[in-house]
Amino acid sequence: MTGAYTAVGTGFTPPDVDWAPLAPVLLVLGAGVAGVLVEAFVPQRLRRPVQLVLALAATAGALVAVAALWAGVRDTGGTVVLGGSMILDGPALVLQGMVALLALVALLVVADRGQNGEDAFAPQAAAVPGSQYERTATEQGLAQTEVYPLVLFASGGMMIFPAAGDLLTMFVALEVLSLPLYILSGLGRRHRLWSQEAAMKYFLLGAFTSAIFLFGVALLYGFAGSVRLSVIAEATATTVGLDPLLLGGVVMVAIGLLFKVGAVPFHAWTPDVYQGAPTPITGFMAACTKVAAFGALLRLVYVVVPAVEWDLRPVLWAVVILTIAVGTLASLAQQDMKRILGYSAIAHTGFILTGVVALDVDGVSGVLFYLLAYGAAVIGAFAVVTLVRSVDAQGRVTGEATHLNQWAGLGRRSPWLAGAFCLFMLSFAGIPLTAGFIGKFAVFTAAVDGGATPLAVAGVVGSAVAVFFYIRIVMVLFFSSRSPEADRVHGAVTVVRSEGLTTVAIGLAVVATIGLGVLPSPVLDLVGEAARFIP
Amino acid sequence: MRLDELPLLTVLIVLPLVGAAVVWALPRAARARARTVAVTVSLLELVVAVAAAGAFDTGDAGTHQLLETHPWIPAIGASYAVGVDGVALLLVLLAVVLTPLVLLAADRHQGGTGDRLQHYLALVLVLEAFMVAVFAARDVFLFYVLFEAMLVPVYFLIGAFGGPLGRWAAVKFLVFSLAGGLIMLVAVIALYLQGPGGPQGFLTDNLTGLDLPVVGERLMFLAFFLAFAIKAPMWPVHTWLPDAAQNATAGTSTLLVGVLDKVGTFGMLTLCLPLFPDASRWAAPVIIALAVVSVLYGALLAIGQQDLMRLIAYTSISHFGFIVLGIFAFTSVGVQGSALYMVNHGLSTGALFLVAGFLVARRGSQRIADFGGLQKVTPVLAGTFLVAGLSALSLPGLSTFVSEFLVLVGTFARSRPAAVVAVVGVVLAALYVLITYQRLFTGPVRDELATTRDLSVREVWVVAPLIALMVVFGFYPAPMIDLVREPSLVTLDQVGVPDVPGGTVVDRAADGGTDDGDDEGSTR
Repeated sequence: MTGAYTAVGTGFTPPDVDWAPLAPVLLVLGAGVAGVLVEAFVPQRLRRPVQLVLALAATAGALVAVAALWAGVRDTGGTVVLGGSMILDGPALVLQGMVALLALVALLVVADRGQNGEDAFAPQAAAVPGSQYERTATEQGLAQTEVYPLVLFASGGMMIFPAAGDLLTMFVALEVLSLPLYILSGLGRRHRLWSQEAAMKYFLLGAFTSAIFLFGVALLYGFAGSVRLSVIAEATATTVGLDPLLLGGVVMVAIGLLFKVGAVPFHAWTPDVYQGAPTPITGFMAACTKVAAFGALLRLVYVVVPAVEWDLRPVLWAVVILTIAVGTLASLAQQDMKRILGYSAIAHTGFILTGVVALDVDGVSGVLFYLLAYGAAVIGAFAVVTLVRSVDAQGRVTGEATHLNQWAGLGRRSPWLAGAFCLFMLSFAGIPLTAGFIGKFAVFTAAVDGGATPLAVAGVVGSAVAVFFYIRIVMVLFFSSRSPEADRVHGAVTVVRSEGLTTVAIGLAVVATIGLGVLPSPVLDLVGEAARFIP
Repeated sequence: MRLDELPLLTVLIVLPLVGAAVVWALPRAARARARTVAVTVSLLELVVAVAAAGAFDTGDAGTHQLLETHPWIPAIGASYAVGVDGVALLLVLLAVVLTPLVLLAADRHQGGTGDRLQHYLALVLVLEAFMVAVFAARDVFLFYVLFEAMLVPVYFLIGAFGGPLGRWAAVKFLVFSLAGGLIMLVAVIALYLQGPGGPQGFLTDNLTGLDLPVVGERLMFLAFFLAFAIKAPMWPVHTWLPDAAQNATAGTSTLLVGVLDKVGTFGMLTLCLPLFPDASRWAAPVIIALAVVSVLYGALLAIGQQDLMRLIAYTSISHFGFIVLGIFAFTSVGVQGSALYMVNHGLSTGALFLVAGFLVARRGSQRIADFGGLQKVTPVLAGTFLVAGLSALSLPGLSTFVSEFLVLVGTFARSRPAAVVAVVGVVLAALYVLITYQRLFTGPVRDELATTRDLSVREVWVVAPLIALMVVFGFYPAPMIDLVREPSLVTLDQVGVPDVPGGTVVDRAADGGTDDGDDEGSTR
């Protein structure tokens, strides 16, 4: 390793660190650490408000810091900090801002306890599902608040991930963002077994791909003698005879990232984890993990891959086409709302990947825009899911009503909520005048421009298939009526009142979805200016 | 501010949207007046549209006028650009004329009561804004956005207010349309990348006359054409229309078939031909064949229908065949005929659907076999249906005759076999209209129909304007022909096909034809 980490002579020279560009990350991670202390020292009844304010202030502060840094980065193209371990260039900064913004909105949904005062999280994650202890905890209305620092740690990792300048930093960021997510996935208050299964599956597969990622890093180190991305990129031009190391390394690192974005054939965890995790966390994961992982993937693809583009192209193209095909076709057969959204997340990964493999500047800005548009709609959609609940025989509100048939006729009973959900579906489907359309347009334009017209064609064919199931949902919501038979099989359904936080989140998502669809110019200009990576 | 300084087209687009918002926002107490409010807004819209027509210089109908161009999304080259030539102006007027009638026709049979009627009226107004905008769009991106986005209100109109299978018909409609539209999206992108690019790269004017590679041009043409053929709809991608028309309310079908589907043929005429002239010439023989198949297939299936609304849908497939035939015959007469046909078919089919809707509302059934002998019970209803039906078979003296005659003459000059075979469609039209009339209105009165009400005053007001327009333009089509003559010459020039030498002679023949119409009309 080079630079700041090396001990010079006998004494230790402290590295010269430029703290300002690190402010967004430090704010979020610092608030995470403070959150742990809050858990330890603040009295129980005050913990939730303190944690919530702390988390919201941290993400909002990160957003402000990003905005403050923006002018400098736009003029200079970006800075390299921590001796090259982190790179604050246009894409990194915009991605950090997006993670902070989406995390802020997702936190609102996480925090909401609804009309009956319980949030989506188990009082004791370690309790055995169905045990007496767990029942007692539920009856006493226990609620824990450690989700807030966990979400903050994950967000911090996500903000480092796309800014990582070397592969080891990238790996550490990957773990920092993944470990809290594994735990969060297992915290579901209802369906404890599903939730724990999801966490276990996610952890095992995640750990496995982390190992593959790490092995790829080792191969690349063998190839270039460094884990720094810029050094590897230079070595691709000068080093000869070590191509197997380079190719193997790039492929293995890419597998680690493709796993995180949920691309086929590394997608198997997505529907299970999306379904099993507590719904607010699913929304957070779907939006923010995707942003962070695509950010890192963009950096890898644009800094290292151009040299080996011709070798990797068939593989990347196959991944894109498979992802679109599996995501759209599999979701046609789903009946569970969260699984539908899970498979749809896979399909959207495919659409976004068309912009990634396009390998031109428009591709980067298109991907950035798409991620924001998708993030807004997906947080909103999962937020709506948290409010639609089953009712048991005694009339008590229980878990979420996720079967498609349970949503029948929702448009008649709760027109505003159903209307918002319908808008998110239209955005997913890429109907013009919603953000989803502009996103699709941007990535497909980049694909055609970058000589990947077949991918764009695959994208539109996939979109056409996908339209069917999004529209089917809209049909169920607005044109079907509830049948007593469905109520008997799946239980009756009600819409719970939120404390207001979820409503605000849904409102923000609606405004973003329409705003980015009708007047996307300011954001398009912004991501257009931010689209250049520095090595 | 003088009238011609007002952004009239933008006013035409915004006004119905504001109207829709007002209708939605009506307090519970004022809900009974929702239809009055909606009709008032649409009449106001009609006044603005007439003002726009007044500001339009007919002598220069081939040029796009009332132009407005503003940057919209410079980053991807999209502008908000609207403007109309003669053809577009006629279609805008058609949409603006039909909307108040559809709103006036809306009642508990066509839209529901209370809340539901309010939603129906507002959706129709939203749709009106999209219809005006899509015909006025002078930017390919804007056109595409509107082309796709207008599917959403129609989807809700069919699905939420239609018959028992309405929701599936709505899904079928949307999936067909979006599939075509998404394929067109790739071509839209590819076309932009071939063009000059920049912040105004999507302006239609900047994309016309490009030097495109042969294969690329053909592929792009096919993608555009597929989307428009689904929309129009042509055989063999027509199957969504009968289902939609069968299950939608009569008002929705009126707008869907009368105006919206014209976006397909309008797109062929104003985008396919000018943007891809070489490919258009390349594909014309096949398209003419498909158009002739549509003419015959639609007519034959119409004869065999048991359901009144499906029947009208199939007649429209036949008529759309004529429109496409005229466009791809590449003669000025044929193109003029098609442009007129789009408007006249809107009036004629609109009248048919609306009258049929009144009929169905009275009987509670769409099956033709459930009717019989109504002529004696409801003479006005029978009479209006007959006139609307006769316009569908292009009786001389009604405006549809002029356009059908021009299409056939224009086609004859270019391709005799196509014209000869298409004429069979005219004969079949007589069959499906007259047989249907016979089965519905003649014969012994069925007992359960003996007390059927005749048309109410409101219903007469819905149909009368359409019949009046058809008769007026049947006798005196000159104002319409003036609007489409210049654009047809511009189109031919863009396609690069010399007009058939007999064109001027044919022009005279066309005038003669309308004279014949006069004679026929006066003897009737």
